[in-house]
Amino acid sequence: MAITRQDVEKVALLARLQLSEAELATMSEQLSQIVGYVDHLAQLSTDGVEPMAHAIEQRNVFRTDEVAMSLPREEALASAPHHDSRGYLVPAVLGE
Amino acid sequence: MSILQRTASELRQSLESGDVSAVELTTACVERISATEDRVGAFLRVDEKRALAQAAAIDARRAKKQPVGRLAGLPVAVKDLLCERGQLTTCASRMLADFRPPYDSTVVAKLKAEGAVLLGRTNMDEFAMGGSTENSAFQVTRNPWDLERTPGGSSGGSAASVAAGMVPLAIGTDTGGSIRQPAGLCGVVGMKPTYGRVSRYGLVAFASSLDQVGPMAHTVEDAALLLEAIAGHDQRDSTSLDEPVPAYTATVNQPLAGLRIGVAKEHFAAGLDAEVEQATRAALRVYESLGATVEEISLPHGKFGVATYYVIAPSEASSNLARYDGAHYGYRTDEREMLAELAGERKNMEAAGNRRGLDQLDSALVRMYRRTRAEGFGPEVKRRIMLGTYSLSAGYYDAYYLKALKVRRLIRQDYDHAFDEVDLIAGPITASPAFKLGEMIDDPLAMYLVDLYTVSANLAGIPGLCLPCGQTTSGLPIGLQLQAPILQEERLLRGARMYEQATDWHKQRAPI
Repeated sequence: MAITRQDVEKVALLARLQLSEAELATMSEQLSQIVGYVDHLAQLSTDGVEPMAHAIEQRNVFRTDEVAMSLPREEALASAPHHDSRGYLVPAVLGE
Repeated sequence: MSILQRTASELRQSLESGDVSAVELTTACVERISATEDRVGAFLRVDEKRALAQAAAIDARRAKKQPVGRLAGLPVAVKDLLCERGQLTTCASRMLADFRPPYDSTVVAKLKAEGAVLLGRTNMDEFAMGGSTENSAFQVTRNPWDLERTPGGSSGGSAASVAAGMVPLAIGTDTGGSIRQPAGLCGVVGMKPTYGRVSRYGLVAFASSLDQVGPMAHTVEDAALLLEAIAGHDQRDSTSLDEPVPAYTATVNQPLAGLRIGVAKEHFAAGLDAEVEQATRAALRVYESLGATVEEISLPHGKFGVATYYVIAPSEASSNLARYDGAHYGYRTDEREMLAELAGERKNMEAAGNRRGLDQLDSALVRMYRRTRAEGFGPEVKRRIMLGTYSLSAGYYDAYYLKALKVRRLIRQDYDHAFDEVDLIAGPITASPAFKLGEMIDDPLAMYLVDLYTVSANLAGIPGLCLPCGQTTSGLPIGLQLQAPILQEERLLRGARMYEQATDWHKQRAPI
């Protein structure tokens, strides 16, 4: 199954990755190869088989709704690339 | 015999008896690291000062006859993706090169509570994605048995640190074989517990339904010691199993009477190296000589394991790695350069009257995300994110992700049926011994196929262990993999230990 350059560009945008020209070319080729290999799963009949997302059955786990210490603001901001002591700063989203 | 030749279990006795002090042992490890690290490159960081302080504190407690933990004074190397508060946790990625978590992972907290000496952080494939440790953003790790070859991955640094005699114990993680495969290629013992046996709280997530933390050591007995220390239910990991932890060290030396070993006929297909096959069959004969029966079983869907894994793992990874966007922590692209790049593109499009281009042009925030991730992630990580995003995207989700989840169930059912007939499954860990550095780095698919024997255990959630069972004529280690049903770590450890006590492979040391 050939993955085209357009496919790669679309997926790169979804994945929030910027790829160079060279990367776009290599990625198309490598993804085509890998997806081509993975395609042989289609040979296997899985009619009536339930999908299994987890090997061990998962149940929701709750704790009692008690107030406890949470991460103090300064610690939460300690690794921030850009902050103003109150919150994280990022390039403006609305309006230009 | 140098104290570094002793196993962790022997060292524990030496420490308890006072024959060796924790400071002496840690110093010996530090000296060994100095003598070999420039050739092996197992560690990203060695914390000599802090380790010696931890060791001295343990010695002081022992001197005052105060209680100490079960790992007290034993140096342990930790793969660099388990969070420790205030300490660098890089996942061998530029994305987290300067990252200091604000909390301890449960595994690291337990190691500290048990008195382990945290000697340093080991090299790995970036974000645990790889089978050779060549995908580290920072350095190459070489196999102590042959410095031109990889130690395997992604826990290559941990495997090499034990194999080179730098530490008696190491922590690795295994998502598709990343403990067991490097253990096999480096001639040490590595174990992946049942999914949920060890807490993932504070483990930087790669694939949440597959990741597990596990022990690496010279012997099965040592692996039992480390597993006992780190296993257990954790409220803060909702996938953690609420099951008591058996005293693995109390039973590990007890052989299993009437052991039935299954060997999958599919594991001996074309492509299996002749020497690996020979060593594996010899190991089975050892088991027979110990009174075990060996019978053929079938795991018919195992051949779809790699394809299934390389849909599910990248899909989960694409979701887990979405958090690395430069906003809250970790690397962020240079904003001024980013804005200049955007402004330049806008100007060119306006000049060319490219209305469509202008409409679709990234916003500043999106461009920040895209550049941050392009600059912060290495090629293998990008490849897997792309693969996962593709498999989950509209139009492909059913054919890829959903399909893979169904095959996952079939793979699990194969094991359930097999374990109705046998107690353990034995077989090769890889089709070939350690490969050369650079040999597969340009062929991602070939690299993925190395995981042939290991991925199914992760998909099924069952525990697996690899221990040394031979050497090639060129002196490269050969590993034997054993697999057991869910939560049968005790059976797995006892079964492995039976073989170990009847052979000498675990006593072989890399010639470095």
